[in-house]
Amino acid sequence: MVPGAFNYYRPDTVDDVIGLLGEWGDDARVIAGGHSLIPVMKQRLSDISHLIDLGGVEALKGIIIDGGTVTIGAMTTQHELITNDALASAAPIIREASLQIADPQVRYLGTIGGNVANGDPANDMPGLMQTLGATYHLAGPNGGRTVAARDFYEAAYFTAREDDEILTAVSFAATSGGYAYEKQKRKIGDYATAAAGVLLTMHGGSCSAASVALTNLSDTPVYCTDAVDILVGSSVDDEAVAAAVKAAVDVSDPVADTRGPVDFKKYVAGVIVKKAIESARSRA
Amino acid sequence: MEKMHVKMNVNGKEVDLLTEPRTLLIHALREELGITGPHVGCSSSHCGACTVDMNGMSVKSCTVFAAQANGAEITTIEGLGSPDALHVLQEMFKEHHGLQCGYCTPGMITRAYRLLQENPNPTEEEVRFGIAGNLCRCTGYQNIVKAILEAAAKMNEIKESA
Ligand SMILES: Cc1cc2nc3c(=O)[nH]c(=O)nc-3n(C[C@H](O)[C@H](O)[C@H](O)COP(=O)(O)OP(=O)(O)OC[C@H]3O[C@@H](n4cnc5c(N)ncnc54)[C@H](O)[C@@H]3O)c2cc1C
Ligand code: FES
Ligand code: FES
Repeated sequence: MVPGAFNYYRPDTVDDVIGLLGEWGDDARVIAGGHSLIPVMKQRLSDISHLIDLGGVEALKGIIIDGGTVTIGAMTTQHELITNDALASAAPIIREASLQIADPQVRYLGTIGGNVANGDPANDMPGLMQTLGATYHLAGPNGGRTVAARDFYEAAYFTAREDDEILTAVSFAATSGGYAYEKQKRKIGDYATAAAGVLLTMHGGSCSAASVALTNLSDTPVYCTDAVDILVGSSVDDEAVAAAVKAAVDVSDPVADTRGPVDFKKYVAGVIVKKAIESARSRA
Repeated sequence: MEKMHVKMNVNGKEVDLLTEPRTLLIHALREELGITGPHVGCSSSHCGACTVDMNGMSVKSCTVFAAQANGAEITTIEGLGSPDALHVLQEMFKEHHGLQCGYCTPGMITRAYRLLQENPNPTEEEVRFGIAGNLCRCTGYQNIVKAILEAAAKMNEIKESA
């Protein structure tokens, strides 16, 4: 399988990337790790005449932890997310989730920017970014702007990013308290049948802050407001957990595919959300 | 579309290819450079038969454009050992029957090589997790895992006595 022909560019700066996108419009695409894009290009499902490699743009790389804020450059690979110890203390849920993505070879090249910008509901990082309440940093011809991860996803492959913009970084507050990213998949390297990210802070036996989000259970990642409202203020006892799980499953909207029919996916969603809340509670 | 120059260091040798940007690294290696150790299994980023080492990372060369490898250092199975001087991993795969048809083997060993560079003392579980991107339709993995664990022990012995 070989993709159709294209012109290849490898600029050094964000401005040059934006310039090329402006010049070639709809016919141009950026490539990061290529592990979502190249498979699609091989199937000739997208028509790309100008491919702009972000691999040469140093400004898009790296992890900065400054005070309580974590900023991760778009071109940071999943492998780098896993092996960065400072990140593992600032937000351990990132390592836990990244280790459940794909396989070692894919993780060496796949980037956080490609994963969140792709817009595929099956990607794990968008759900993770809902959990963390992350902010996305975009750059375009009119400069930079930010969009909340929870406002970014509109439908499968439709996001708030304009065609002439790129994502430069994601940022979020360092976490404290309990965390968990749980994923049900058929085998290593498979996308989620259902996955959930949970953060949970306990104070004197009561939950003071929580976050719950779902992956691959709708055409966008889902942040579960109702489940969060149930958990916050509760003691996260079995009754609260059961109510939160029900609220999360209620807002899921999976479609039937090779991973199973809708009822099965909703069932698995319930199991996974329960596991994630209980695991986060045990670490809080 | 214009052809472009791609310069790489492949198994210690500098090469300069004039190729189309859409050429995949696996095809550049096999068809343009005659390096046929890395195999095409699935051509869809799943099986790992095409695994090569690129700048110290195991990558599926069917999912990398040669253009992206411009300036890279590439090691294939040919760069790890030769029939007269097998790499310890190759010896251990031979001794422990870590292969049957051999189709997955170059990718499997190239991946195992990088795994042991990063983690010279892996547990059995770490070996299984570390080679999860490489499929084998023949062996059932048992002997592959055994061969990699034995190779790790042997490589550590050699390091200690050096
Ligand atoms: C076998 C296999 C298994 C996988 N399993 C999983 C899994 O379990 N979970 C999971 O989440 N993912 C999985 N993936 C996908 C993998 O994680 C991808 O690497 C990731 O989704 C995309 O990152 P990338 O850097 O490879 O992006 P690319 O493939 O290079 O790009 C993806 C898309 O995003 C756009 N893009 C990339 N970077 C930017 C940017 N900075 N700004 C704007 N647009 C950008 C590209 O134009 C393209 O449309 C798997 C992939 C494979 C091959
Ligand atoms: S041929 Fe590359 S992963 Fe199968
Ligand atoms: S030995 Fe035949 S596929 Fe692995």
